[in-house]
Amino acid sequence: MAVRPRFHVAVFLAPAVLVYTAVMIFPLFNTLRLSLYARGGTGPVFAGLENFRTLFGDPHWSAAFWNALGNNVWFFVIHMAVQNPIGIGLAAILSHPRLRFATFYRSAIFIPTILSFVIVGFAWKLILSPIWGIAPSMLDAVGLKSLYAPWLGKEDYALTTLALISVWQFVGIPMMLIYAALLAIPEGVLEAGEIDGITGWAAFWRIKLPLVLPSIGIISILTFVGNFNAFDLIYAAQGALAGPDFSTDILGTFLYRTFFGFQLQLGDPHMGAAIATAMFAIILAGVCLYLFLIQTRLRRYQF
Amino acid sequence: MKRTRLAGLLLASTILAAGTATAQDVTLTIESWRNDDLTIWQDQIIPAFEAAHPGIKVQFTPSAPTEYNAALNSKLDAGSAGDLITCRPFDASLSLYQGGKLADLSGLAAMANFSDVAKSAWQTDDGAATFCVPMASVIHGFIYNKDAFDALGLAPPATMEEFYAALDKIKEDGTYVPMAMGTIDQWEAATMGYQNIGPNYWKGEEGRLALIKGEQKLTDEPWVAPFRELAKWKDYLGDGYEAQTYPDSQNLFTLGRAAIYPAGSWEISGFNAQAGFTMGAFPPPVAAAGDTCYISDHTDIAIGMNAATKHPEEAKAFLEWVGSSEFAALYANALPGFFSLNSAPVEMADPLAQEFVSWRGKCSSTIRSTYQILSRGTPNLENETWNAAANVIKGTETPEDAAKRLQDGLASWYEPQK
Repeated sequence: MAVRPRFHVAVFLAPAVLVYTAVMIFPLFNTLRLSLYARGGTGPVFAGLENFRTLFGDPHWSAAFWNALGNNVWFFVIHMAVQNPIGIGLAAILSHPRLRFATFYRSAIFIPTILSFVIVGFAWKLILSPIWGIAPSMLDAVGLKSLYAPWLGKEDYALTTLALISVWQFVGIPMMLIYAALLAIPEGVLEAGEIDGITGWAAFWRIKLPLVLPSIGIISILTFVGNFNAFDLIYAAQGALAGPDFSTDILGTFLYRTFFGFQLQLGDPHMGAAIATAMFAIILAGVCLYLFLIQTRLRRYQF
Repeated sequence: MKRTRLAGLLLASTILAAGTATAQDVTLTIESWRNDDLTIWQDQIIPAFEAAHPGIKVQFTPSAPTEYNAALNSKLDAGSAGDLITCRPFDASLSLYQGGKLADLSGLAAMANFSDVAKSAWQTDDGAATFCVPMASVIHGFIYNKDAFDALGLAPPATMEEFYAALDKIKEDGTYVPMAMGTIDQWEAATMGYQNIGPNYWKGEEGRLALIKGEQKLTDEPWVAPFRELAKWKDYLGDGYEAQTYPDSQNLFTLGRAAIYPAGSWEISGFNAQAGFTMGAFPPPVAAAGDTCYISDHTDIAIGMNAATKHPEEAKAFLEWVGSSEFAALYANALPGFFSLNSAPVEMADPLAQEFVSWRGKCSSTIRSTYQILSRGTPNLENETWNAAANVIKGTETPEDAAKRLQDGLASWYEPQK
């Protein structure tokens, strides 16, 4: 019996495929293509891997690139070390059956996530401002004025401060995901544990945490992709030069400055595309590493 | 029946609307980074033009200064930019002209009203084509709180020695922050710091042109000395100046909390509106009394025509008007601190603006050292100077190291400096 060609499959897939191709796949490959060209006298000329040679070989370009990558790694480390544990902790507390006002806390903690980066950047800049900010006066009120420093203006603290602001903004996302995963654990499993004498914290560490590990994995990868694509907060708070002295420059701001130019520096779409390609490769490598090395080893449980 | 009548009415109304649309005025849109001037354009400049040119409407649509260049380039590439383009000086506009985005305006009659120096920022390197009508220049100097100076018995300093003596006295008194400046935005340090006091050391045009020709290096004494002065400024800035933004500095001064503000003349109109005390201004102090003074009188703003505009005739009519002495008087008085580049002398009413412009008579003028040719390559000298000046003020880099870094960066791509 001949299989009837199923045209309707193609018809139903077409809108999604077309839209996705137009807005995602085409720009992605066009960016990769753009990075292989350079500006010539009359128009773009094919330059092969010349842009990448400049990016990694030229001392000025490579110093800027490695600085941005290093800062980006630190930005990610702070998120992994602070945002995700706090998110998991908050979710564990929220899922406690006897906690009152759980819904209120949940909403309150999640609200910063829906704020715009511009508002977050501006509000925190004001809070931390040495002149008008409430941070110095609040510290003064408890006698700790000596602890205050103009954090956003100091090379040593600026990036960590911004990373913590970003943690403040986004801690709601791991919290929500873990919270949902915790709620999905069947009562029966916990009761069975209780009968075997595993209660309280032991139940969290030995039953709940292993069961939400896949969710934690997903959160880690979302954090990784989000952080290495980050740009908005730094740009809103520190501007495109990512001061002081490029100490908050991450790949996103480096790309922006190169691609669009800044002040007297003219934009260079081709070098910009080369940086975008490098970012793409870094993120792709990170995601692959995770998918093949970690995700496949995570044990899943069927209830 | 009723329905057909309704449809007929609707049809008629569309025809009517279409009819009025064709008879409607041409609307020109201006791209600009001067969002501070929005009300002045809307209330004074545009009405004056529209009154003289019936049939042309003008819209002023500015964006934020730091985003302007990027936004404009994207809009021009996408074909959605306005008819008239406010021009940054030198390479930013030159590359737009070379890319065919700005029209050649050499043929405008109004171009005769401008000197070659005024036009130099918007010409091809050989001076053959001019692509923007010069509007204004800005002058650097220091604005001070006159009430504070009177209370402390201080006179505007003429030499560097007097300058630091005044700062010391203000600091000792403790009522005022001696100088309002922050380093987080970086450009304040470079533009209001380095480019402000620098010309006295590199002797204005002499040093600037020698640098372009490769006869001087950024590591030479005239170019390092301004950095040495900046390194001393740290002690006179407010608490937490490292995180103080440009608007913070402006507010600190206009609220009367700081005594001296390293300024550009573009601040004048804003400060007049905000400050509740008398202000004065002094040019960058010289090393020893009697030395020739040099000021940065920077050709800053011009206006050109989008080569792809649908209304070239109307846009040219507007540009001719911008080049007229009528516009020069209107603009210079509406925006004291933006000094007309028009050859015809302009009477200005604002005393602070008069003070600034009076320095043209006794000092030699130059433009910012990094703007012409020297910021064409990567690393970009202007942007590097921002960074270096901020570092030097904070003390995280010595003046000599900063100068060496700038020189190495410049020499890496600029042939005459190799």
